[in-house]
Amino acid sequence: MRALKCRECGREYPLTATHVCEFDFGPLEVVYDYDRIRKSLTRPAIQSRPKSMWRYRELLPVIQGPTVGLQVGFTPLIKADRLAKRLGIRELWIKNDTVNYPSLSFKDRVVSVALSRARELGFDTVACASTGNLANSVAANAAAAGFKAYVFIPADLEQGKILNSLIYGANVVGIRGHYDEVNRLCAEIAGKFGWAFVNVNMRPYYAEGSKSMGYEIIEQLDWTVPKHTVVCMASGSLLTKIHKSYQELIKLGLASKVEYRIYGAQATGCSPISTAQKNGLDFFKPVKPNTIAKSLAIGTPADGFYALKTMKETGGAADDITDDEIRDAIRLLAETEGIFAETAGGVTVGVAKKLIASGKIPHDDSAVLCITGNGLKTLDAVDGHVGRPREIKPSLREFEALVANEDRSAKS
Amino acid sequence: MAKKVRIPTPLRKLTNNEEIVEVQAGTIGEAIAELQSRYPGIKERLVDEQGEVRRFVNVYVNEEDIRFLKNQQTPLKDGDEISIIPAIAGG
Repeated sequence: MRALKCRECGREYPLTATHVCEFDFGPLEVVYDYDRIRKSLTRPAIQSRPKSMWRYRELLPVIQGPTVGLQVGFTPLIKADRLAKRLGIRELWIKNDTVNYPSLSFKDRVVSVALSRARELGFDTVACASTGNLANSVAANAAAAGFKAYVFIPADLEQGKILNSLIYGANVVGIRGHYDEVNRLCAEIAGKFGWAFVNVNMRPYYAEGSKSMGYEIIEQLDWTVPKHTVVCMASGSLLTKIHKSYQELIKLGLASKVEYRIYGAQATGCSPISTAQKNGLDFFKPVKPNTIAKSLAIGTPADGFYALKTMKETGGAADDITDDEIRDAIRLLAETEGIFAETAGGVTVGVAKKLIASGKIPHDDSAVLCITGNGLKTLDAVDGHVGRPREIKPSLREFEALVANEDRSAKS
Repeated sequence: MAKKVRIPTPLRKLTNNEEIVEVQAGTIGEAIAELQSRYPGIKERLVDEQGEVRRFVNVYVNEEDIRFLKNQQTPLKDGDEISIIPAIAGG
């Protein structure tokens, strides 16, 4: 990497822990020397390296190589034939980050970059503002790497996400408010305390980690860029970084240039980006979130503007689904492919279903769904909606009666 | 009593490192104008050529985003706290 550069005005800054342009508050982004990267990052070189996100290390913003999260990434890409049939599409793939190492969400990708870079910059304390998954990942990776960690979350998060941060010994601070309020407070805390806030002052490095999901998809599809990719949107950052990852591998000659479209998925209860996209706007109106998809509940999405731009440029689209549709989609994914995703994964599957049904994603094409987090963390969302086990005595007669009863109700 | 404006780190070079600045303005728009008269150059950091608050700048009055209030027409009363905060990534 060469410098940080404002995405709005192009002013360049040194590679420090800073995230906004002093002039127009535009987000800063890492600039790479692609001519140099081209020389070492070849297909054989990548394939000779360990199966983790760091096999693309030249395209990730650390100077001396990774020191945190060496095993993160290279999650399975599943050919989802049974789900494809149910959604009515010829070919479907699931990029399964529900099993990302170590904290079971795609956030391990961004955190491994942010903490590796934080170490290079000499920090001993790391922090984040989080809707849950990021908190889990910062807590876990900081514990493994020996950082002190502060994680800030909305106080009403799912129990699973709270315990999943506390267990690692992180300082967990619950804020009585929604994520946008947590975020605002963290911006003020970050200005006062000299910590590496992964999604505040470390954001330019942090956000780049998401690209690894896209590189892996391309490599796992035998160096082909998928024609349609559906990504859930909270801040919109992941969607823009998947796009960037495809552009980069094409630019480096590692994948052939093809047309591809990127689609965004939101929950109706927090859909500032998809609402703007559906109305043909290139800016969004902030909202107050109210959805079970808490990991996506960002009412003022920082990268919303760029997510809209990405969808427009690639010819993609956005849509959103209700809480009931989210639960149905979580179940559909679990019943067809054996993958238990958290609410955000339900959003992605449910929106994909809508996009296929409406013809925005053609039936005779192939699509990739990015599933970003594990359902074991959001059990509250499905509790009471998936039935209950039937209880019987340890008696064969009772079991036979149960089966006979079921056969009767199946026939009627 | 005046209104307090919390100045974010990227703008403190303009306010001689002052973290909190007091203003007398009656609305957010007036507060921005008042800041500009004392710290020339600060206005163009906050609003674009059309006079709109820049898209990566979030302004809050007592912790409420002004886009949920009346934007730059949002009225201010004594003791109000105004925060200016850059947009942040997801989590």
